[in-house]
Amino acid sequence: MAFLELKGVEKFFGEHRAIKGIDLSIEKGEFVVFVGPSGCGKSTLLRLIAGLETVDGGSVFLDGRDITRMPSSKRDLAMVFQSYALYPHMSVYDNMSFALMLAKVDPAEIREKVLRVAKILNLEPYLKRTPRELSGGQRQRVAIGRAIVRSPKVFLFDEPLSNLDAALRGQTRVEIAKLHRELNATTIYVTHDQVEAMTLAHRVVVLRDGEIEQVGTPLDLYYRPNNQFVAQFIGTPQMNMVSGPDLAEFETALNIPVPEGGYLGLRPESLTLNPANGAMVRAKVELVEALGAETLVYVTTPRGTQLVARQNNTRELPQVGDSVGLQIDTASTHVFDSQGRVVAPARY
Amino acid sequence: MAHRAPVSTALIVRTAAAWIVTLAIFFPLGWLVLTAFKTELQAISVPPLIFFTPTLENFVEVQERSDYLLYAKNSVITSVASTLLGLAIAAPAAYSMAFFRNRWTRDVLMWMLSTKMMPAVGALVPIYVLTQTAGLLDTRLALTIVFMLSNLPIMVWMLYSSFRDIPHEILEAARMDGATLWQEFRRVLLPLGMGGLFSTGLLCLVLAWNEAFWSLNLTAARAGTLAALIASYSSPEGLFWAKLSCASFMAIAPIVVFGWFSQRQLVQGLTFGAVK
Amino acid sequence: MFRLRIAAAGTEGAEGAAAPPASRERPRGEASRTLPRALLAPAVVSLFLWMAVPLAMTLYFSLIRYNLMQPGEHGFLGLANYEFFVTDPSFWPAIVNTLLLVGSVIVITVTGGISLALLIDEPFPGRGLVRVLLISPFFVIPTVNALLWKHMMMNPIYGVLAQVWRFFGAKPVDWMADWPLFSVIVMVAWQWLPFATLIFVTALQSMNREQLEAARMDGARYLQQLRYLYIPHLGRSIAIVVMIETIFLMSVFAEIFTTTGGGPGDASTNIAFLIFKQALLNFDAGVASAGALLAVVLANIVAIFLIRMIGKNLD
Repeated sequence: MAFLELKGVEKFFGEHRAIKGIDLSIEKGEFVVFVGPSGCGKSTLLRLIAGLETVDGGSVFLDGRDITRMPSSKRDLAMVFQSYALYPHMSVYDNMSFALMLAKVDPAEIREKVLRVAKILNLEPYLKRTPRELSGGQRQRVAIGRAIVRSPKVFLFDEPLSNLDAALRGQTRVEIAKLHRELNATTIYVTHDQVEAMTLAHRVVVLRDGEIEQVGTPLDLYYRPNNQFVAQFIGTPQMNMVSGPDLAEFETALNIPVPEGGYLGLRPESLTLNPANGAMVRAKVELVEALGAETLVYVTTPRGTQLVARQNNTRELPQVGDSVGLQIDTASTHVFDSQGRVVAPARY
Repeated sequence: MAHRAPVSTALIVRTAAAWIVTLAIFFPLGWLVLTAFKTELQAISVPPLIFFTPTLENFVEVQERSDYLLYAKNSVITSVASTLLGLAIAAPAAYSMAFFRNRWTRDVLMWMLSTKMMPAVGALVPIYVLTQTAGLLDTRLALTIVFMLSNLPIMVWMLYSSFRDIPHEILEAARMDGATLWQEFRRVLLPLGMGGLFSTGLLCLVLAWNEAFWSLNLTAARAGTLAALIASYSSPEGLFWAKLSCASFMAIAPIVVFGWFSQRQLVQGLTFGAVK
Repeated sequence: MFRLRIAAAGTEGAEGAAAPPASRERPRGEASRTLPRALLAPAVVSLFLWMAVPLAMTLYFSLIRYNLMQPGEHGFLGLANYEFFVTDPSFWPAIVNTLLLVGSVIVITVTGGISLALLIDEPFPGRGLVRVLLISPFFVIPTVNALLWKHMMMNPIYGVLAQVWRFFGAKPVDWMADWPLFSVIVMVAWQWLPFATLIFVTALQSMNREQLEAARMDGARYLQQLRYLYIPHLGRSIAIVVMIETIFLMSVFAEIFTTTGGGPGDASTNIAFLIFKQALLNFDAGVASAGALLAVVLANIVAIFLIRMIGKNLD
């Protein structure tokens, strides 16, 4: 059995079935990210594992023990909340030592542990302050420190970066990745940001409407999505979808058959503009976003399909209104049927 | 040479208007305080004395009146006791509704508030009769219970409100840290809810102290509060204004000061949270 | 013990009903209900008794003959007590006085309160102290309030108002004797003005400043801002102040008791005082109960509107 095992886990809120029978195995030391749109159940799933919500069906096993009915206080899990949930009336030191104090650990040992973690997270100067006197980033580190001090079996993160500004977010993301390498702790991380998912995870669990759409390594999901939802959720800008009026033309141009009512999926980087050796399809430039390291070109075909192409800047930038030719890399084309299931994965 | 921005005429006019109006409204109270320090002759002098040498003789005389001390004691005992008793009943109820919410919570809360809206005079006869039958007329016990029940809805409401303000994630964090229900309550909820308990208690102390209807109707000579005592000063036999002012001043001063500190709670408490 | 905790955690998370019957939730669900109910019980039970018992007794007394001086005679009278109360020559004057009292105080406190709140809305030197001074009358014991006005301000010989009148060469007015209801209105309004002011000050603070700036840039002058921005924003608080004051002012008692005693005659008697007179001065508990029930019905009508408005605000 895996370190953390979910079997047929279900959760109802009133009549609404929020979690629809989830099976998942997580190995020790893995960094697993739950990702998905708002309302998909990722936070609920995390809270079920934490014991903050009751499981209505199925079971949860941790390190061989059935923790399904066990209260949170006994599960030996640590959670970093989205709002940090620091104890406002306690100092940073007390916040971090609270759990150990409750467990009646020797004060000298507590002190040693807290100081060690404070050093790792650069919190030493702030140990006597209260949360009110800290900045957002500092509070976040205290929240993480509070979890680390306990050396729990699993770390649970609930959208920890969403309250930080952009610069701090990127920085902290890197720090979390480094921390995980050092501690090698089993971690479950919930986010709606797929960049965090791609960069931090060993494996990503994509959720929608209380069900798992796909589980895999980040690149697995990127290159081999099982369905249209995952294909469009992972990757920025979104994967281009061709259907309807233009489908026939693309099918012919690429020589790839698509089932009735289906879709062709094209990543922006598989489109090249104005290729040297003739274009498969023509389109008109609507918008050019020059980002510095690369440029995103938004084009529309004569029949109205909108596509995004990614172009690195060694090439000449097109102008708005230009008519351009598109070359499509057939090897990296995905085919989906009308239900959104993948028919032929890309042959990268 | 540094220039200061000119003070606008609007600001001067507003300040003057605000102060004039405020002093006019506060005047009766201010005059009361002044009169407390006058002799009886000075108090009724025509034209009224603004400058005089203050004397403390009234304070001494009022306190020497045995009934003043008794009534003051009654006021203190009934307000404090009813507040403490009320908190003891209201806090668990508020805790229950804030953290174990269910589909009836809202209705129960609304119903509790509605009991406060019954006019006291509606319960006058039955409560009088009950108190009389129980032999509790003119006792502090009766007043304490009545005060407590009158203010209970407000206490429940305010405590509920302040418990709801505690982010539930902090309590969850305590649970994740291994706290049992009792530890969660003692080490996190209580410290964080202390402020709410304190300000609710303060407001109810004020309301109980000022309660005049029941004091006037359920007590005579033994259990009356200061509210009732002052009323008895109104008989025309020898007005003794300076002493009356002094007695009044002593009766209201602590509560007016408490009131300054409980302004915000007052708004929330008396409007049942409808105005934030 | 830990079963209780899980269940507690469960009910906290699920906003609304418990899990459906199919799951194993039921036994735990029921275990979780005893603790919250036990905590809630004392408050609910005591308030229920506080409301139901007097109400039931009032209803009962209103239908029988009950004189506090003649115990033992409790014949059924049907609606006779009601008839007696309503045909009392003081009844209609009392109704009118009640309406006048409540209405005037509301008008004074709302207009005064809004004006004051607008006046002190923007900062100025000494604003903190001004707020403290303005609040003070509300915390004065009602009986002290009454005597303050009766003796210190309104006494026709030594009172401050009399002195001011004389200063301007006019003959001082005997407020209590000649204008009893008006005097009561003045002292009650003085006490409740701070309440209204405080409410409006609080409400104004939540006003969107950017909206005002946008209006100013659109060229709106102060009176226009007042009409189109301030007053609509205050609409809700005005409604609340009116309703709450109505409920509490209908029971004005201490001031009347301490000063005019309802007189001269019944010139300053309101419904509350009339009921009191019947009960504890005429000792007719039956008639008083009839009157009390009418007062309760009246109060409840207003309360229904207030409750609805508060209910909308409960998260």
